[in-house]
Amino acid sequence: MKKAIHYINQFFAGIGGEEMAAYEPEIREGLLGPSLALSAVLDAEVTHTIICGDNFMGSNTQEAVERILGFLEDKDFDIFIAGPAFQAGRYGFACGTICKAVQEKFGVPALTSMNEENPGAEMFKKDVIIFKGGKSAAKLRGDVKVLANYANKLLKGEKTLSAEEEGFFERGVRAQVWLESGETAAQRGVSMLIKKLAGEEFTSELPIPKQDLVAIAPPIKDLSTAKIALVTTGGIVPVDNPDRIQSASATRWGRYDISQMDRLEAGVFKTIHAGFDPAAADADPNVVMPLDVMKEFLKEGKIGALHNYFYSTVGTGTTQAEAARMGKEIVEKLKEDKVDGVILTAT
Amino acid sequence: MVKEIERAGIPVVEMCNLVPVALTVGANKIVPTISIPYPLGDPQTSKEVQWKLRYHRVGVALDALTADITEQTVFNVKI
Repeated sequence: MKKAIHYINQFFAGIGGEEMAAYEPEIREGLLGPSLALSAVLDAEVTHTIICGDNFMGSNTQEAVERILGFLEDKDFDIFIAGPAFQAGRYGFACGTICKAVQEKFGVPALTSMNEENPGAEMFKKDVIIFKGGKSAAKLRGDVKVLANYANKLLKGEKTLSAEEEGFFERGVRAQVWLESGETAAQRGVSMLIKKLAGEEFTSELPIPKQDLVAIAPPIKDLSTAKIALVTTGGIVPVDNPDRIQSASATRWGRYDISQMDRLEAGVFKTIHAGFDPAAADADPNVVMPLDVMKEFLKEGKIGALHNYFYSTVGTGTTQAEAARMGKEIVEKLKEDKVDGVILTAT
Repeated sequence: MVKEIERAGIPVVEMCNLVPVALTVGANKIVPTISIPYPLGDPQTSKEVQWKLRYHRVGVALDALTADITEQTVFNVKI
């Protein structure tokens, strides 16, 4: 029987949530958490499960990858599977990172699954086969099944279909295929052109992916006369969270007056972000929202003015569409007060 | 969120730990932080060390607002 090795994070391994996100890489024999679901549908024995905390992978990426590749050196495996990571951004980053490293080093297929809103998908979809997964662990079985269906074909050496038909993100890899219809490229091209001229819908065979980069804003010429504003996606709010900003998948933001304070005091402000261990930020909110040093820069004259409010929301599980909408709303406030530049801290 | 601010013509610096994510999403000016739960001050170190780190990195971010760049840029930090 073919052999598989599975990568999961500390949460899915049942080790712990955010307080354990710095968990160091570990390899265990046998099945654990989602490996059970994977094992049930995969035509291979899942011999080992690798566990790594998401923050350990995020903050010590090179070390984490090296240690995991080290675990695998003496193992015999035919396929490597990570996740599914759903909409969990750091987990998606981890799954993409480790799959890319494993397939490069060992030359075995490495597959993962995540939601399209997971930034890991955009980062790694060109390098790694990433299946389009659900938003949360409720979709575990379905996501694993789609992935395993493809993995089983690879393991048996069967013919696989296109990204769209198999359900993974397009990698921009072109493959030559014989169409059963026998219609040549010239015929298809002309028929597309006719449709286009007639104003009808047609589907290009060569979609051009576009990366949405924003034009670089003109730099500030003189900081000492500029008004700067602070924004964070780290969930720093007054302790009673007056705007009831959600701890994950936020749709709300708030702004809080800082004109009369020199720093953010513990017990007055805290974080409501559910995507990391809040202990450090609660003990000293300035480690996420650096008001104390900004006031110092103001005092020294490095900056001309500090906008009277800081803006806050939570960046975990928040869709790009919601983030863009909240960004636009915040921009309106910044423009009203003629803010010249923004420092945004993200967690 | 960074992109909407920049789209409005306001220069913005993203300070974050996962720099590759910021690059993929499309932030133009990036200053790295030290971790996810405590971007600008390791609680294992003294308050003074944390302050110095924060003062340095936010200072780099402020200077980055004045930088005339032509492509996505990750600014160097010393501590």
